[in-house]
Amino acid sequence: MSKFAKKKSGDLPAVNTASLPDIVFMLLFFFMTVTVMKDSTVKVQNTLPNASEIKKLEKKDRVITIYVGAPTREYQSTFGTEPKIQLNDKFASPSEVGDFILMERAKKAQELQNVLTTSLKVDKDANMGLISDIKQELRKVNALKVNYTTYEGDAFNNLK
Amino acid sequence: MARRAGAPEVNAGSMADIAFLLLIFFLVTTTIETDAGLDRMLPPIEPPETDVIIKQKNIFQVLINRNGQLLADDNIIEIKDLRAKAMDFLDNNGDGTCTYCRGRKIAESSDNPTKAIISLKNDRETKYSTYITVQNEIVGAYNDLRNRETQRLYGQDFTTMEATYLNPETPSSVKDELKEKVKKIQDLFPQKFSEAETSTSN
Repeated sequence: MSKFAKKKSGDLPAVNTASLPDIVFMLLFFFMTVTVMKDSTVKVQNTLPNASEIKKLEKKDRVITIYVGAPTREYQSTFGTEPKIQLNDKFASPSEVGDFILMERAKKAQELQNVLTTSLKVDKDANMGLISDIKQELRKVNALKVNYTTYEGDAFNNLK
Repeated sequence: MARRAGAPEVNAGSMADIAFLLLIFFLVTTTIETDAGLDRMLPPIEPPETDVIIKQKNIFQVLINRNGQLLADDNIIEIKDLRAKAMDFLDNNGDGTCTYCRGRKIAESSDNPTKAIISLKNDRETKYSTYITVQNEIVGAYNDLRNRETQRLYGQDFTTMEATYLNPETPSSVKDELKEKVKKIQDLFPQKFSEAETSTSN
């Protein structure tokens, strides 16, 4: 009996946490390498439609993003509830899209300036009128490569 | 005098806390997923110098009205039927020059895939989601046909082949090999898909 009683004596040994920093650092390095900083806050409602025949938008440095949608609740008192265009951090009218594209294009490296894609992140409830205006502006500045950014899914969910 | 036993050890107990702090910061700011969507080319704004005369039968006209209803070659159709209709049109092979087509060779429909053009026109009041669905179906029609040919020639899907080709992690030796295949299939069914300017109907 005394054999077993011996083992129970003494406190529970503390878990050794010496390797905890190593584990945390490993995770840290993982997230540091895969991270892409959010460059702008989205001020519009942005529920993208679904599509199945999609292509991935590789290489984020070659993409210029334009958001379209109704302003979120906190901006509705100032900007109304009609869908608006958001360029960088501010709301804009369709006529400003051309200048915006030219400015963004000038910021990119010389060799990338001809291979830029414009990613249109448009809320599913927006009307095509606004999109047509944007498309017209993009054609004027010769930014012809566009990507209608969508979620992956069945396209017929859009119609519900 | 007693010699010191080296420098005193630095207390590294709070290192984990600092690392956690940084970790949480990167966790919050990170966005791992890459965006995806439908790639399209807009037509250049300058009109072409020479007017190309296109036969009416080589154009498949798709109209979307403000209520999301679809008119394809003057017939009202459901969006779910659009893909099959577009495939029939592209694959028709009216003049018999297309050796790989399996269409029904209807004289009133397109001559061959290299001449067939799909034209999409929408109203200003059309909802964006409807427009994307229609775009998706038309791109899907092209992809289905290209998949069929790629299966026949290379035993795989065109969409997966193209994704491998476009993936930046693919080694360049594989890419060079795929480039020709992708190009060949694209030439079999070239995506001639025009987006006309929006009508201002009222």
